[in-house]
Amino acid sequence: MITFENISKKYPDGTEAVAGLSLEAPDAAITVLVGPSGCGKTTTLRMTNRLVEPSGGRILIDGVDIRDRPVTQLRRGIGYVIQQAGLFPHRTVADNIATVPRLLGVDRRGGRRRAQELMELVGLDPVLAGRYPHQLSGGQQQRVGVARALAADPEILLMDEPFSAVDPIVRKSLQDEFLQIQAEVGKTILFVTHDIDEAIRIGDKIAVLREGGHLAQFAPPKELLEKPADEFVERFLGLDRGVRSLTFLPSGGLVLRTEPVLTVGAAPTPAQSALPWLLLVDGERRPVGWVRPDRLDATPITIGHSFVSGSDSLRAALDAAVLCPTGWATGVDAQGRVLGVASQDEIAVEIRAAHDRTVEDWLAQASAEPRDVSAARPTGSVGR
Amino acid sequence: MSIFDLPSEVQSSFLGLIGIQLEVSLGACAAGLALALPLGQLCLRLPRFYPPVLGVVTVIYSLPSLALFVLLIDVTGVTETTVFIPLALYSLAILVPGVVDALRSVPRDVIDAANGMGYGRLRRYLTVELPIALPTLVAAIRVALVSTISLMSVGGLIGNYGGLGDLITLGHTFFYTRLVWLGLLSLLVLAVLCDLVLRGAQRLLTPWARQYRSAA
Repeated sequence: MITFENISKKYPDGTEAVAGLSLEAPDAAITVLVGPSGCGKTTTLRMTNRLVEPSGGRILIDGVDIRDRPVTQLRRGIGYVIQQAGLFPHRTVADNIATVPRLLGVDRRGGRRRAQELMELVGLDPVLAGRYPHQLSGGQQQRVGVARALAADPEILLMDEPFSAVDPIVRKSLQDEFLQIQAEVGKTILFVTHDIDEAIRIGDKIAVLREGGHLAQFAPPKELLEKPADEFVERFLGLDRGVRSLTFLPSGGLVLRTEPVLTVGAAPTPAQSALPWLLLVDGERRPVGWVRPDRLDATPITIGHSFVSGSDSLRAALDAAVLCPTGWATGVDAQGRVLGVASQDEIAVEIRAAHDRTVEDWLAQASAEPRDVSAARPTGSVGR
Repeated sequence: MSIFDLPSEVQSSFLGLIGIQLEVSLGACAAGLALALPLGQLCLRLPRFYPPVLGVVTVIYSLPSLALFVLLIDVTGVTETTVFIPLALYSLAILVPGVVDALRSVPRDVIDAANGMGYGRLRRYLTVELPIALPTLVAAIRVALVSTISLMSVGGLIGNYGGLGDLITLGHTFFYTRLVWLGLLSLLVLAVLCDLVLRGAQRLLTPWARQYRSAA
């Protein structure tokens, strides 16, 4: 557990980067520091491994002041990942990953072995071990950065916008893989980002900071979306936080219809001919597109994107339905085979059902603590 | 008679001249580098020292070498040292900015990562900054060495301390054109060879840098 006790940072020129921040980052969880530029999130992160010294307050790791240890020893015990990866251009991938174990006295062979294990963990092809960083893509470099930070098996990981410098598609896959790795290693992670979507996707708890280093709200992502503490947080979350909160509703409850699914080349049944739209699938049940039953050879209308039933959220399902001109979302399994389709209306019903459950929980909570007025603050998107 | 046979005034064989030439030029450059590394480091740590330091080494470079030699004779006599000291000082004009540029070429995020991973200052300097700075640094050393090899010929004016340059001085004194040509061409070949050796050494030491610069 990392504890920030009334931490502040004032620079000699008078600018205040962090003002009296108190925060507790729980063990084995991802705590995201998010906020606009100038909110002191990076400064806060860098104070944790003493790259920046606070001007007031103290930081404890598992109850022990970080100043009680020699600074290099502290840093070797904390993994550090930065935006540009900061890989050593003059060392191979394997040597880069083995950096901290080598600093801690592990011999060359031990370092190599450790590097191999970590390359496997972060999904890097072993042939890359002998390459130099500039020979890798941005996404691969970032993986090496994560592997290097994990090499000495530190309890704590500090990550400063680690996925911001790669394109959105690579970023999404890096985030997903990062969450899988975290499920495996269970580190205590402080993660800085300016991207609220990234914060909501990966954070177990999110600290929203505002300019001048004030903590605006510290809450799990779902609570953040449902009960923003003030107008600043509300604005920072953006206008689509209602839709975004669907991220937390699983799509597994949606009953997918299979009647409109037709294999290419097959003749529609009389029941299918009566439907407005049919979804064509190929021999492996992969989606081809939508057609009218009476015009099967016309160019199919693209499905936009599909959602993975069960593992994707209702947000993905709703987006798929809104995106597709026919208004139907295509549900697939993990291998991309069509399981069935759901309409916008059906998804809306599912969202209502999930909200009804939330409202019941909420009312139950409210009656348990009748005096807690702030918990009952109306937030618009819930229970309407 | 071979073209490498020298008149008795030279007081040394052709190979002997090359030996002196290499000894003094390489030595002066090495001494210059030994001074430039800490000076450059100082200029990086305290940036306001960089302009005055750069000014001083440039002024030194502009001093006529002959004047320096003559002044130094009073202190160090007619010796190799008298040639060595000005050459080492001259090389600073190239090596100090060379060291500063080379260390500045180390990306900030790499230094940040090294700090964050728990490198001590000295270890970071020796195992991260210097190796990454090496290609730029060697480029400066190459220029310094070639210019030192050529500058050294003036040493012939104060006696027999110009290395191959002695041939040029004597050839001039005795209207001995063959010696001038021999000295000139030998200096040229020697300078090119030294440059090639440094380039080769740099390629061997920095295998990572081969495509790095085009990629970066």
